[in-house]
Amino acid sequence: MDTHPRKLLVIISEAALEKNLVRDARRFGAQGYTITDVRGGGGGGERESSWEADRSVEIKIIAEAAVAELLAQHVLTTYAPHYAITMFTADVGVFRPQKF
Amino acid sequence: MLDPVVLFFVLGVAARLARSDLRLPEALYEALAIYLLLAIGLKGGVELARQPALAVLPHALGAIALGAVIPLLLYPVLRSVGRLSTADSASIAAHYGSVSVVTFAVATSSLVAAGIASEPHMPLLVALMEAPGIVVGIVLARRFAVAGDGARAGVRWGVLAHEVLFGKSVVLLLGGIVIGFVAGPRGITPIEPLFIGLFKGVLALFLLEMGLVAGGRIADLRRAGAFLVAFGIVVPVGLGLLGAVAGHLLGLSLGGTALLATLAASASYIAAPTAMRVAVPEANPALSIGVALGVTFPFNITLGIPLYLQYARWIGN
Repeated sequence: MDTHPRKLLVIISEAALEKNLVRDARRFGAQGYTITDVRGGGGGGERESSWEADRSVEIKIIAEAAVAELLAQHVLTTYAPHYAITMFTADVGVFRPQKF
Repeated sequence: MLDPVVLFFVLGVAARLARSDLRLPEALYEALAIYLLLAIGLKGGVELARQPALAVLPHALGAIALGAVIPLLLYPVLRSVGRLSTADSASIAAHYGSVSVVTFAVATSSLVAAGIASEPHMPLLVALMEAPGIVVGIVLARRFAVAGDGARAGVRWGVLAHEVLFGKSVVLLLGGIVIGFVAGPRGITPIEPLFIGLFKGVLALFLLEMGLVAGGRIADLRRAGAFLVAFGIVVPVGLGLLGAVAGHLLGLSLGGTALLATLAASASYIAAPTAMRVAVPEANPALSIGVALGVTFPFNITLGIPLYLQYARWIGN
């Protein structure tokens, strides 16, 4: 089956940013997103999801490479200086290109 | 006499410090929080329905003013004595301006245990006191932000207002009050065993979880330093007195005065951290949450609440 190349952008961040990130993703042209609640730790300590201010989310966005890059750049300049953010991309193949 | 619910909190802290694998499922925490907020609201609403609510307005305005004044008092102390940044000072001040519903719940339960009555509309004051301190804290952060501090001039006030006013604590508290008020004492009878009868047991479970969370913040305190630890104890002692004086001036009963003192002395750890995180990104949440949850919350539920009741007694005489 033929697949079409797209970028998967994964943003792991504090749950407080969820609404902002979804809004930004839409604004930059992403057609969809998937969010899961996650736990983890890093240089700034641990985030154990034990109560409201301690929650983290993982946001997955599949989009055209240009969209993913613009969004990633925006996240790096706007949020990364003050928030716990982990972000990476991967090349993926999708079956229905019009969805992404 | 130490309230047994406080011992659940101590158990949680101890388990956490001993690195026990005890962990309450997040969904349970969420469910218990929803239950507590609704139950507090319902109880207040039912009591409100029993009597004309004429006295409420001055008390409501007084409570809002108290919540707004507290950050203005604390901000200069945090800046000059604590030498903290503008953003951190404003954020911590906002946490103390807002209120902790669970601290309020523990205070009401110890008043009930002591057989002391309080005004039925106290839960309404809790809902009203959530937001003013947060708003004043954000204004302080903007007003004194140094250029190039990263502080963006444009706060999305609409979004923030929506988040605070329609946040779950305000929605559930006010929703519970309205349901209790509309249903009245008789209408509420069928759900009374759940929301009134089980209240203290649920509060105990919730405090076990809060102990686990608070115990986890103790590591933050090492970073926060001696000033903030002292701040977390001295400030509620002072603000409790302010709240008791305000309660007396507003003509509240002994129980009401003790509760207003508790509200003034308490620091928010649900509404304020979320709102401040979005509105003032430069503030370090480990400091504000560390002091609010790691120092002030444990202090209030163990030593603070009996002290605020004592304040109310002294001022009443």
